[in-house]
Amino acid sequence: MFAPQFDYYRASSVAEAAALLEQHPDAKVLAGGHSLIPVLKLRLAAPSALIDIGRIDGMRGIREEAGQIVIGALTTHAELAASVTLQSGATALSEAAGMIGDPAVRNRGTIGGNVAHADPASDLPAVLRCLGAEFAIAGSSGTRTVDAADFFEGLMTTAVEEHEILTAISIPSGSGGQGSAYAKFSHPASRYAVIGAAASVTVADGVCSAASVALGGLVPAPVRAAAVEDALVGKALSADAIADAARCVGDSLADDEVLGDVYASAEYRSAVAHVWVNRALTAAAARCG
Amino acid sequence: MSATTFGSGIRRREDPRLITGNASYTDDITLPGMLHAALLRSPYAHARINSIDTAQASEAPGVVAVYTGADTDGEIAPAPCAWLLPDSDLKIADYHCVAKDTVRYVGDIVAVVVAETRYEAYDALDLIDVDYEPLDAVVEPKKSAADGAPQLHGEIDGNQAFHWTVTGGGDIEEAFSEAEVVVKETIVQQRLIPNAMEPRATLASYTPATGELTVWNTTQNPHIVRFLCSLVIGVPEDRLRVIAPEVGGGFGSKIAVYPADFITIFCSKKLGVPVKWVESRSENYQATTHGRDHVQEIELAATADGKITGLRATVWAGMGAYLSTAAPGIPTILHGLMLSGVYDIPAIHEDVYGLYTNTTPVEAYRGAGRPEATFMVERLVDLLAAKLGLDPAEVRRRNFIPKFDNGHDVVTGLTYDSGNYDGALSKLLGESNYEQLRAEQAEARKHGRYIGLGLSTYVEICGLGPSQVAGAIGFQGGLWESAIVRFHPSGKVHVMIGTSPHGQGEETTFAQIIAGELGVSPDDVKVIHGDTDNTPMGWGTYGSRTTAVGGAALALAARKIRDKAKVIAAHLLEAAVEDMDYDDGKFFVKGSPDSSKTIQDIALMANVAWNMPEGVEAGLEATTFYDPPNFVFPYGAHLAVVEVDADSGNVELKRYVAVDDCGPQINPVIVEGQVHGGIVQGIGQALWEEGVYDDDGQLLTGTMLDYALPRADRLPDIEVHSTVTPSPHHPLGVKGIGEAGTIASTAAVYNAVIDALAPLGVEAVNMPLTPERVWRSIQAAQGRN
Ligand SMILES: Cc1cc2nc3c(=O)[nH]c(=O)nc-3n(C[C@H](O)[C@H](O)[C@H](O)COP(=O)(O)OP(=O)(O)OC[C@H]3O[C@@H](n4cnc5c(N)ncnc54)[C@H](O)[C@@H]3O)c2cc1C
Repeated sequence: MFAPQFDYYRASSVAEAAALLEQHPDAKVLAGGHSLIPVLKLRLAAPSALIDIGRIDGMRGIREEAGQIVIGALTTHAELAASVTLQSGATALSEAAGMIGDPAVRNRGTIGGNVAHADPASDLPAVLRCLGAEFAIAGSSGTRTVDAADFFEGLMTTAVEEHEILTAISIPSGSGGQGSAYAKFSHPASRYAVIGAAASVTVADGVCSAASVALGGLVPAPVRAAAVEDALVGKALSADAIADAARCVGDSLADDEVLGDVYASAEYRSAVAHVWVNRALTAAAARCG
Repeated sequence: MSATTFGSGIRRREDPRLITGNASYTDDITLPGMLHAALLRSPYAHARINSIDTAQASEAPGVVAVYTGADTDGEIAPAPCAWLLPDSDLKIADYHCVAKDTVRYVGDIVAVVVAETRYEAYDALDLIDVDYEPLDAVVEPKKSAADGAPQLHGEIDGNQAFHWTVTGGGDIEEAFSEAEVVVKETIVQQRLIPNAMEPRATLASYTPATGELTVWNTTQNPHIVRFLCSLVIGVPEDRLRVIAPEVGGGFGSKIAVYPADFITIFCSKKLGVPVKWVESRSENYQATTHGRDHVQEIELAATADGKITGLRATVWAGMGAYLSTAAPGIPTILHGLMLSGVYDIPAIHEDVYGLYTNTTPVEAYRGAGRPEATFMVERLVDLLAAKLGLDPAEVRRRNFIPKFDNGHDVVTGLTYDSGNYDGALSKLLGESNYEQLRAEQAEARKHGRYIGLGLSTYVEICGLGPSQVAGAIGFQGGLWESAIVRFHPSGKVHVMIGTSPHGQGEETTFAQIIAGELGVSPDDVKVIHGDTDNTPMGWGTYGSRTTAVGGAALALAARKIRDKAKVIAAHLLEAAVEDMDYDDGKFFVKGSPDSSKTIQDIALMANVAWNMPEGVEAGLEATTFYDPPNFVFPYGAHLAVVEVDADSGNVELKRYVAVDDCGPQINPVIVEGQVHGGIVQGIGQALWEEGVYDDDGQLLTGTMLDYALPRADRLPDIEVHSTVTPSPHHPLGVKGIGEAGTIASTAAVYNAVIDALAPLGVEAVNMPLTPERVWRSIQAAQGRN
């Protein structure tokens, strides 16, 4: 509960943060601190320095830009949950952000920190995978963009390199007839996702014209459930059609990849994942306006 | 009694300071020159220590001293076990405060670092090099009893700490051989980890020049701490002052005096400066005592019409690696003697085996033995109902002890004080609209929804207890309580008590008792507790005894004041004492209430003593030492309504209705608070909480991310009702209410879940009833069908 010693720097721009990271190879970026500080206090990591990016102007907030919703990496979970733009254009994201931890966590924790940490039990990775997000990453040599399929590489690893900073995340603005939702099986202690299901569906002329379903919580990095998506496209989204499609989720879960722990085994999570897929799809379908 | 004070739900006077950050806990106290201690704890559940190298740590920045078992040997006696259970072949293993050559649980203390700051102390811990030789570990009580199990204490055969039995009533063999119906079950009362908001802490300040020691400690019982510290550390009791400042909850985990406390004192004595130790939350999980941990094999004999004829049980109780201060009495005296519950059971027999395991020591935890007993009985009654196809309410009614108001003997040897169990159940069924709920359940089942109703009708033993009984059951102390009531010249009152409330609200309710007895405003009464230098000796706050015993002492002290005040008033009014009357703080000659002396008038006169009756001492003060003639036995009836999602196994608690009877309520709002908190802790055992060790003795649920405490958003509003049956032997008629909710609620929720799952063929699920466990039980039952 007492962190080892470290130096502290506060960056006032992305460039300064990138430069500080170059100078201190062993340093860690500090955003909301809600994943990093516990790691330090448990003495699971001992970085020589923390580079606080928390007050960098322009890395915070949500704006709409050329068919995209652009979210600064420092935007807090509470801001995501309260955003009218997201509530209408990317409901699953505001919904998931509102289910994170508790108010204190939501007021401090940031979307950038959440996805950079890439805890398999986090909520936002699955949602961003479902919504087809793109991630803007800055380093001393410039900025690049990575899409969600490539961003989440595995258990707590992402495309963000040692000396890079995630600056923003963009998602396509929702189109007419589209609805999205997130359904979560929360761990009773941590509130993290034991199973998280994000779904986005588009309905045209009474049938599903596009579907995207992603799962988190029970896998090292978020996965798309292609079998579920395929089973939906071209169908009217009746309760039975959704239930049947949800049951295909197992096809997208490789047995040896599914995570288990003392609270919920891998076998159990695989067997019941369809319940949350069903809930997410049902809610998303109801939102197709 | 003044209607506006005793019995009214006035606000807790403790709360403003607690909720505005103005309370001062042990960790808030800083003394000049104070150093900080950090403890190196074993990462192995069972290992021999080959060597310890502290050289590097001793040289680290800020480090003042590093001590190991070699330094403390002979200076700190082993941590004592103070409940010497008789007739049980009790074998107490030495609990060395710093391990000498063997560690026996993850958290056993191996070394202590004292440094100028806490950070430096923790940094230095990383520099101590211990060479461990790991040994096989055993973590489950029944496995610990098995042949070939790893042995914890060489001198103690088969890891058995004790074997205790209770036998009462008729021939138990005959009850079962002649039974028309027998139901059985094996129950795992999983290990629970108390989570007081404030972790444990000790600040010790030894003054070499005077040989005086002051200890600030997160304790429920400062006078016991003083007594035990003087024995273990060798500072005489007259030089030893123990202060329990604000204490942020305990639930039993702050009864024990721990190795860490003795070590902190040792460090201060050795170094001649104040030393503070505060545990981290991780240490709290590892090393502060745990609760429950039973494996119970239970069976019930009955007639075909549902009349119970016998109850038999064998319990394997995990005690942890060593016996904590009060541990042996919990799964025995406070458990086995309660097996008759609210029922008339003609024959009872129980064997309890206490077993050492490579785990954190187990102690009292809210309810302490009684939740485990209630659960057994309430499960068996439900199993009987299911077997006979009767409603669980009906089976209970067929077996209730009939209403009694002055003593009822049960075959385990206890005499319950008063009770009307059918009255509580009837009220519960009415308030909850039980019949309609059953109809709704039947309707829901038709639509594939699994709703369940669970009853728990309980009685519990608290207000511990007569000291003569304490002696007979091996408790190494008294169980009386004390109170001093002191009137100051202006009529304001100080109350000094030997118990040590730490969140329960007695600063408020004890002022209300004084208000009720003496007609002063509760605002004029200050209740002082927790400091052995300015409170009378007392045994502390646990076992729902503070009001049940300490409150009785207070009421009797107030009555002594009233008697003396009446003599003074008679003198001032020039009347005979026999002609005096008293009402709500006023003394007057019978029939002349207009010319009266108030208690404040009398307090002034007694303190200035200008005109006192002959032979009456100055001052208005009284002390009482109250030893109760019996325990008190609160009781009640609870109902839980749940819905189970069969697809995922998730249990939703939809409704919780409680009827509790703790006699007259001094402050119904505080009673309701205790009932709420208690119920929620019991629900936690049913649905969420479990301290899990792996086979190597590593604690897998050692943080709040893993150990699931109850949270408000998973709970329905708790509907609280009461009946009022005074205790015949308590001066105010009151019974304890601190633990009742916990004692009742686990069984209510569990019974509800099993009831919900009945159509699916599920008969039992281990607690906590996690979605996976429930889901697996459904899969298994469906597979069988
Ligand atoms: C009690 C509790 C409950 C929680 N419950 C949930 C939950 O239910 N669901 C959930 O999803 N999460 C949960 N969390 C995690 C929470 O969402 C964290 O806020 C989030 O994971 C980290 O965000 P942060 O801003 O606090 O990052 P920090 O802790 O500051 O950083 C986390 C990591 O990301 C790196 N990092 C941060 N920002 C950047 C950046 N812009 N570029 C590059 N690297 C960066 C840091 O170096 C560090 O390694 C919980 C946390 C707590 C403490």
